[in-house]
Amino acid sequence: MTEPLLRVNNLVKNFSVKGGILSREVDKVHAVDGVSFELAAGETLGLVGESGCGKSTTGRCILRLIEPTSGEIWFEGRNTVELGSSELRALCRDMQIIFQDPYASLNPRMTVGAIIGEALTIHKLAKTRAEYEDRIVELLETVGLTAGHMRRYPHEFSGGQRQRIGIARALAVSPKLIVCDEPVSALDVSIQAQVVNLLQDLQEKFSLTYIFIAHDLSVVQHISTRVAVMYLGRIVEIAPADELYTRPLHPYTEALLSAVPIPDPTVKRQRIMLKGDVPSPIRPPTGCHFHTRCPIRQLPLCSTEKPQLKQSSDGHWVSCHLRG
Amino acid sequence: MAGSTLASPIANAAAGGRAKHVTPTQEAWRRFRRHKLAVASAVILLTMIVMVVFGPMVWTVSINDIDFTARLQGPSLAHPMGTDDLGQDLLARMLYGGRISLAVGLAAMVVAIVVGVVIGAIAGISRGSVDAGLMWLTDLFLALPQLPLLLLVIYLFRDSLKEIAGPEVGLFILIVAVIGGFRWMPVARLVRAQFFSLREKEFVEAARALGASTPRQVVRHILPNSLGPVIVAGTIDVAAAIIAESTLSFLGLGFPPDIPTWGRMLLDAKDYLDIAPHWALFPGGAIFLAVLTINFIGDGLRDALDPRRVL
Repeated sequence: MTEPLLRVNNLVKNFSVKGGILSREVDKVHAVDGVSFELAAGETLGLVGESGCGKSTTGRCILRLIEPTSGEIWFEGRNTVELGSSELRALCRDMQIIFQDPYASLNPRMTVGAIIGEALTIHKLAKTRAEYEDRIVELLETVGLTAGHMRRYPHEFSGGQRQRIGIARALAVSPKLIVCDEPVSALDVSIQAQVVNLLQDLQEKFSLTYIFIAHDLSVVQHISTRVAVMYLGRIVEIAPADELYTRPLHPYTEALLSAVPIPDPTVKRQRIMLKGDVPSPIRPPTGCHFHTRCPIRQLPLCSTEKPQLKQSSDGHWVSCHLRG
Repeated sequence: MAGSTLASPIANAAAGGRAKHVTPTQEAWRRFRRHKLAVASAVILLTMIVMVVFGPMVWTVSINDIDFTARLQGPSLAHPMGTDDLGQDLLARMLYGGRISLAVGLAAMVVAIVVGVVIGAIAGISRGSVDAGLMWLTDLFLALPQLPLLLLVIYLFRDSLKEIAGPEVGLFILIVAVIGGFRWMPVARLVRAQFFSLREKEFVEAARALGASTPRQVVRHILPNSLGPVIVAGTIDVAAAIIAESTLSFLGLGFPPDIPTWGRMLLDAKDYLDIAPHWALFPGGAIFLAVLTINFIGDGLRDALDPRRVL
């Protein structure tokens, strides 16, 4: 295999919880706890998991919007964690992000043209005013909007249209990698399909690589080439999309997949109900993070030994003592 | 590309319908005009400014002509606003005093807002010790007994400033600096609080992801979204500054008694309220009108500058 576009190595992010009169660090939230994966150019990696399992934090660490506590992020042969601020700015041209909430992610006081054009100004991508405007119109048309939208403000648009504006903003720098942080979660189902199709078209057109963060498993299956399942800051299983959906190995993945609704009321299916709640990421369980809720656990092994990601079949990695 | 990726045709039609070019300034002006009270206030305030600037050239009665035969007269043709206890013409004094009062009010507001926004913005964007230090300074200024400090500052610097800039300009600078310098704290706190909530917004994160420098994030994204409450706070400051100036005059620390200001006239008139109410009513009315109109203009500006409001 050739050098992947992105290689994340043992990424850790702890948020400190401060308290007491001297605001000392009293606790740590283990948001991301040793995540490693690789991503080849042109691929789409789906990142799924419950709320608070560290999906978004992982995505933001890759873009260095959040400083990782430790770990390595290799992008095109460079460890981005070690880059200085000017190199980091250059990196912004290669990596972009699309946000979940299309209402919060656009500055309400800027016109759509100014929002999309900001990247062109920052990175001096347009030499003349005419070139600048032409590029904005081109980007608007790429995402299915028109030149007439340029001078309007974000609040004049619907949710789906705003998400298109966010996509156009990310495309302005012609990035190679786009982190899509739940880009369709806040949209109507009918609009979701449009935006997902748009993302796929753009991937083909500009040979983009995506990290697609979501909690809607069917959307992820539709768009991803590979899927990683996260639980409490760790990747528990990573496999090609079809493989993961047809032959899940990790008990958490099984439970997650069994919760996907089937649009056919006559089909009966065994639901796997997990007991209890997700434990607090401030004090995650010892050993395997999932052992407190696991239906197949074997104590004391699972509560003492931390399982490693092992390859069970080609490209199918699972982190479980008992499976794979 | 697949047809499904096109936005709805309705939206495109709507966009085509109003494609005429409007700059943000034109748009803000159009929105400001919708606020009837603000427009009326702007007209009244402009009239007042024109009157105090050009009035003394038209109404050429001296402000210092003492005429004991015409003491405490009500409004008449010879004295449209009446006279005071020395028989001085009140209209002339109102026009002259308005220059100082309005200038002090507006200039002190500018000082308070600039200082407040700068300190609030620095505190709001930097975390840790800088923020803590600046907020400590703000609390200090809020906790200080202001009047004794005002006296001290004016005693210390009045004479040296008078020598540098002349008696009137020197005093003006000193008074504006002192009033503005003691009114920036609420603005700073307001701006800091706005920054705290805005810097976590996704559009600021998006700008950071695009490689925007911190100054750019502040100037383009955070500051414009935090100014609404600041404008309103600023307009209230104008009123407070005009009144603060009259307090200083009352204590003998403002402008000298022979230079009339609205606040000074009001204070001089207070002993004659029952025999010559016009003396207090005219400057009082002028202060009231100035404060009220500036507040409405601030209201209109806030609405006009916020594109989320449908106007």
